[in-house]
Amino acid sequence: MPELRDVVEKVRSKNAGPFWLTVDIFCGTAEAFQRVRDGISTERVAKLFGTDPAGMKRFDITSLNVVKFSLPRPAVQGTRRDRDMHGASWAALVAEMTLN
Amino acid sequence: MVRVLVPSGALGLGYDRTALQRGVAAGPDIIAIDGGSTDSGPSYLGRGVSKYSRGSTKIEWAGLIEARQEAGCPLVIGTAGTCGADSAVDWLVGITEEILRETGRTATIAVLKSGQPADVVQQALAGGRVTPLHPAPEISAEVLDDCTNIVALAGAEQINAALETGADIVIAGRTTDTAIIAALPLARGCHAGAAWHGAKIGECGALCATNPQSGVILVDFDDTGFTITPLADGAQATPHTVSAHMLYENSDPFILYEPGGHLDVTGAQYEALDPARVRVTGSDWVVAERYTVKLEGARRAGFQSVLLTLLRDRRYVENAQAWCDDILAKCRAKAEQRLGLAPEAFDLELRIIGRNATLGDIENRGGEAAELGVLGIVTADTADLVDEVAKMLNPYLLHHPLTVAEEQPTFAFPFSPADIPRGEIYEFCLNHVMQLDDPMQAFRLEVREVA
Repeated sequence: MPELRDVVEKVRSKNAGPFWLTVDIFCGTAEAFQRVRDGISTERVAKLFGTDPAGMKRFDITSLNVVKFSLPRPAVQGTRRDRDMHGASWAALVAEMTLN
Repeated sequence: MVRVLVPSGALGLGYDRTALQRGVAAGPDIIAIDGGSTDSGPSYLGRGVSKYSRGSTKIEWAGLIEARQEAGCPLVIGTAGTCGADSAVDWLVGITEEILRETGRTATIAVLKSGQPADVVQQALAGGRVTPLHPAPEISAEVLDDCTNIVALAGAEQINAALETGADIVIAGRTTDTAIIAALPLARGCHAGAAWHGAKIGECGALCATNPQSGVILVDFDDTGFTITPLADGAQATPHTVSAHMLYENSDPFILYEPGGHLDVTGAQYEALDPARVRVTGSDWVVAERYTVKLEGARRAGFQSVLLTLLRDRRYVENAQAWCDDILAKCRAKAEQRLGLAPEAFDLELRIIGRNATLGDIENRGGEAAELGVLGIVTADTADLVDEVAKMLNPYLLHHPLTVAEEQPTFAFPFSPADIPRGEIYEFCLNHVMQLDDPMQAFRLEVREVA
């Protein structure tokens, strides 16, 4: 099974303020968008991040071929338990998900 | 029409001088630049300082003051000095006066301060005028007392009050990223949805276009929409780059909350005017029932030292986690016993760089590494205590053996001394809004002439 990174253009994650993290999957084409939209459940992403799926926001944006996830940061930005001040490394976990 | 020239996403990041010159020649009504954000973490707000070099800031700011003079329009900066605390505003005002003196120029400067005394926020909290956003930490009068800086994010109303003084240069403390761009178009009656949407698209400079690091863009606002024009060679805005910018650092790509209301771009239409310019219409501004401003606060979270050691011996690389676990248990016990401390009096952490230092427990990739770094992090309430515990950790990170019988190993310390004091650390402790009766109630505006 391919990894998400083999199918999409780019996966980016970033802080959305100190309390939220947001992940943008730029699929590139309508075909890739459909595969990601149907192949990646919110529950799987929540499990990957060790968070509650009910607290996540998901946006499937057809016009941009983008799937976007936002979640409350598991550690508030810059607190002692935070390991990544800008939140950009979380994208790697999503990029390495296998696509059903 | 109102033409806003945005030189870059933040003062200190640099901008393309040729593109800036093109922007000046295009006759802007205002030059607007952001000076910061929370993105670099709580220390800057906690200490009330800038993350960028003073030298870089001075050179870039001097270039914008010159551009302003040439264009004959006001220059506005929001969130001065990275965090927008009063001390960071004073820092940039000082640099501005220095530049004006050195270039023999005169200017009127309006200084807008966003700092909030703890007692003002405490009274608002007691009066039910402070509301948590989601997710918000618990707050109390004590938490607010612990903050070294609290700021409120100014919106368009406060920026317009500063512009209405007729100042040449507006130096503002914490503002929303968008307020400095949206303010003048709103004051001149442009479409409110377009004003806020264009401001959001433009606030990172050319990040909404190709060649994102070139910085300089023009945003033209009118009574139905806005147009984005990147100015650097080879930079192009397309409906895709512009609409995709709503995703950036936004938890919701369609809704953006601002003082006094929210922007809704669900119905926005993006149209390519030519290969480089994009026209946007159909954005909505929804007025809120109450006028609120967002609060940010950073409070003291103790002192910290870090130590770094490097494991290159293959057996230690393979057994790094067990080695770290053993060190933590032994060093904690020693510190508790020798310093007479309760377990919660200090925090000791070892992160294995090369294994899971970035993601911690959720890391799911393994693999062989030639070497590993072990980052020791010591945190406690006082600098003296941190120093003591860090010095107890030091010999373990240098010599701790996996087994008692083996010859004493020695690992690679890259530095002497091995412990690196980070000083006092801070944490963000507010994700709240404060209700105001009048937008200027929580802000202070002062005008000064520099001759």
